[in-house]
Amino acid sequence: MPIYRSHILICGGTGCTSSGAGEVTEAFKKAITEKGLADEVLVVPTGCHGMCEMGPIVVVYPEGTFYCRVQKTDVAELVEEHIYKGRPVQRLMYSAGEDVPVIPHYKEIPFYGKQHRIALKNCGYINPDNIDEYIVRGGYEALGKALLSMKPEQVIDEVKASGLRGRGGGGFSTGLKWSFCASAKGDKKYVICNADEGDPGAFMDRSLLEGDPHSIIEGMSLGAFAMGADEGYIYCRAEYPLAIQRLKTAMAQAEEYGLLGENIMDSGFSFTLHVKEGAGAFVCGEETALMASIEGRRGMPRPRPPFPANSGLWGCPTNINNVETWANVPQIISHGGAWYASLGTEKSKGTKVFALTGKVKHTGLVEVPMGITLREIIFEIGGGILDDKKFKAVQIGGPSGGCLTEEHLDTPVSYESLTALGAIMGSGGLVVMDETTCMVDVAKFFLEFTQKESCGKCVPCREGTKHMLLLLEKITEGKGTMEDLDTLEGLANMVKEMSLCGLGQTAPNPVLTTLRYFRDEYEAHIRDHKCPAGACAALLEYRIIPELCKKCGICAKNCPVKCIPGDRNTGYRIDTDRCIRCGTCFEKCPFGAIEKK
Amino acid sequence: MTHMKIKSLEDLKKIRESSRDLTSARSGGETVIIVGMGTCGIAAGAREILTEVMAELSRRNIDGVAVQTTGCIGMCQDEPLLDVIRGGQRVTYGRVKPEDVSLIIAEHVVNGRVVDKLAIGRAD
Amino acid sequence: MAFSAEEVREKTRKIVDPWRNGKGGLIPILQAVQEQLGYLPMEALETISRDLKIPSSEIYGVATFYAQFHLKPRGRHVVRVCRGTACHVRGSLKILDSVKEITGVEENQTTEDLRFTIEPVACLGACGLAPVMMIDTRTFGRLTPDMVKGILDKFE
Repeated sequence: MPIYRSHILICGGTGCTSSGAGEVTEAFKKAITEKGLADEVLVVPTGCHGMCEMGPIVVVYPEGTFYCRVQKTDVAELVEEHIYKGRPVQRLMYSAGEDVPVIPHYKEIPFYGKQHRIALKNCGYINPDNIDEYIVRGGYEALGKALLSMKPEQVIDEVKASGLRGRGGGGFSTGLKWSFCASAKGDKKYVICNADEGDPGAFMDRSLLEGDPHSIIEGMSLGAFAMGADEGYIYCRAEYPLAIQRLKTAMAQAEEYGLLGENIMDSGFSFTLHVKEGAGAFVCGEETALMASIEGRRGMPRPRPPFPANSGLWGCPTNINNVETWANVPQIISHGGAWYASLGTEKSKGTKVFALTGKVKHTGLVEVPMGITLREIIFEIGGGILDDKKFKAVQIGGPSGGCLTEEHLDTPVSYESLTALGAIMGSGGLVVMDETTCMVDVAKFFLEFTQKESCGKCVPCREGTKHMLLLLEKITEGKGTMEDLDTLEGLANMVKEMSLCGLGQTAPNPVLTTLRYFRDEYEAHIRDHKCPAGACAALLEYRIIPELCKKCGICAKNCPVKCIPGDRNTGYRIDTDRCIRCGTCFEKCPFGAIEKK
Repeated sequence: MTHMKIKSLEDLKKIRESSRDLTSARSGGETVIIVGMGTCGIAAGAREILTEVMAELSRRNIDGVAVQTTGCIGMCQDEPLLDVIRGGQRVTYGRVKPEDVSLIIAEHVVNGRVVDKLAIGRAD
Repeated sequence: MAFSAEEVREKTRKIVDPWRNGKGGLIPILQAVQEQLGYLPMEALETISRDLKIPSSEIYGVATFYAQFHLKPRGRHVVRVCRGTACHVRGSLKILDSVKEITGVEENQTTEDLRFTIEPVACLGACGLAPVMMIDTRTFGRLTPDMVKGILDKFE
């Protein structure tokens, strides 16, 4: 095998691919061959680096130089200058702003500096389609160690000692869950990986599946061994075609090496794994619904008990964990439960991957130790608010979570602290909102989502969310009354307490937290018929400011309903009665002479 | 890819060892060899030096050494230039010829003895 | 892409065959049929029902439960505009409006020439590039409403 002096790592995640990473990879291969460097420089497609917004991302080793937003037209220069002549190309390096000096190295960028990567250890570092790279990084050693030198109970004990809790949202102790399934009676048992990542705003599971598929396969094999299962399913949503493809490649390679399938590593333990494509139903993220879907039925939840540990897939004892939970397992077995438990807070151990999105400067995936504050995540890692606007709220935990405010920024993040504030850890979506985001509109947005995804089996969720949504629509149109707020709150609590599954039990959270922390915004919509953030179209009024207007007529020309009468001599005026508040004039005016209130 | 089945931790270790080069360039390396590839360096034959460095490392099966290129250092009269950083000390070799490379690698990179007759500068 | 009723039955039978004695086949079968035919024609559902001995009411129930399945023919290109949270706060509604305006059809509808089907989707998981849309398997990110036409023009 030749030694390559330099490796060019190009992110092949969904984010970077849509920004043109595929073309960049081809261009690099071509340029390197043309320059006669093919024997000493290796081009490696990797998984997600987490900083999707700056993609396509290219990292050049051995220096570790970090290039962002690389286009195929930049490639010739990068090869000639950096690879051939050793002069890194400044203009493609990362910079925090126009006048801020560039940061050439991966590790020195604040976005990465504060992170502690365990689950994401290999993401963006190895080629996910090459099992050897995973093995070089210590892959499958945990499985070997467990199969050849540990008893199943010892594996469970390590997981218990690590303090790992379900990363899909519930936060139940993983070790305890495993021990239930292990002690359940039955000859046939299943393990399932829940990769039906449905929370809008969360994409950590997609990145893990795409960037490090073997860690999930190894984690599930360890779980199967510990619980006495011999068959497993990965239930992945169909919207993630790349993840499904990488998983299938990884499984085939593991089988070829004898690390998956019959008699793994000659230990007598066998494990068969299948990938199931989801068919587009959010509720299938709920474990009993997910199993119904694998069985080929409508994905509707059923009451528990019996819990899946006793009666799950096709009535057999079954254990379900989500992608991130499984991905942590190999490292816990390799380094020991105590090592993992040394990170985090007293009750929330280890690290958590968050998907940082919304109105924040650097969006992407961040893995941080539990106990870090939201302020550190948003302002230090995320670089603060986009366009230096004012921070207003952060929505944590997706449609089941809640909105937290300025005063909560210094709360250490843990399962308990977030629940106490009315939000949940959820799968780890963090959507940052600024002063132009209307909290009533956000609550309505999430409820529209959960209402649409409600499977309709139980009445509180099906009818309750519908009526909550109607009330919110009424309020955002300025037709609400103060009594509506009480009705909304009562209804929300009822849905929360009486729904059958997690979807309904958590759907009111966005409404309840916004009512709790932003009640004044609701009241402004009702009492003053105003949307303070200027987001609810029905309550807005557009007006031309005569002092700033240059009478150019661009607004009138672009108005889709022709409601801006006037001419270039007398000037223009917006006919509020006919205006549909689309905001086109506001966006098109070159002089900022249109205001919305 | 080989079609062998992994049957023990030793088998796994073998793959790990034989594939180390796959990612070794990404972990930096304790020792660094830097070849000056500015215009003057290339004109003086730096490209051949770089090729020879790669070939020698490969022949001797040495890993954990990072090979980098760099732009003009400003000592154009002494090109081709080759720097070795080892144990925190940086030594610059000047007017390096392809046949000098094996000596520098054997003496300095492997055994830690600076090749005085070729060295033109040192920095800690 | 029009198939006769007999062709539909024939193709469906081929897909169902390997699953005759297995379990959990219904959803993968429906996915495969839709992959081949573009949608789920009634003849296909009837064939599955007869061959697997599952009541057609149950198959219809499953087919209408999941967002992925379609009982009507669809456009050559499916435009999925992401309506996730991150995209919402970065203005995805205007992207959707722009798509609707250019194609002249509403959400979940297909243009008459069968060129486009418009479909809002909960989240495409590319939140870092919000707002995002996906046409067939290609993802387009950091969109503004005026970019939409140029992108749609690339798909015939």
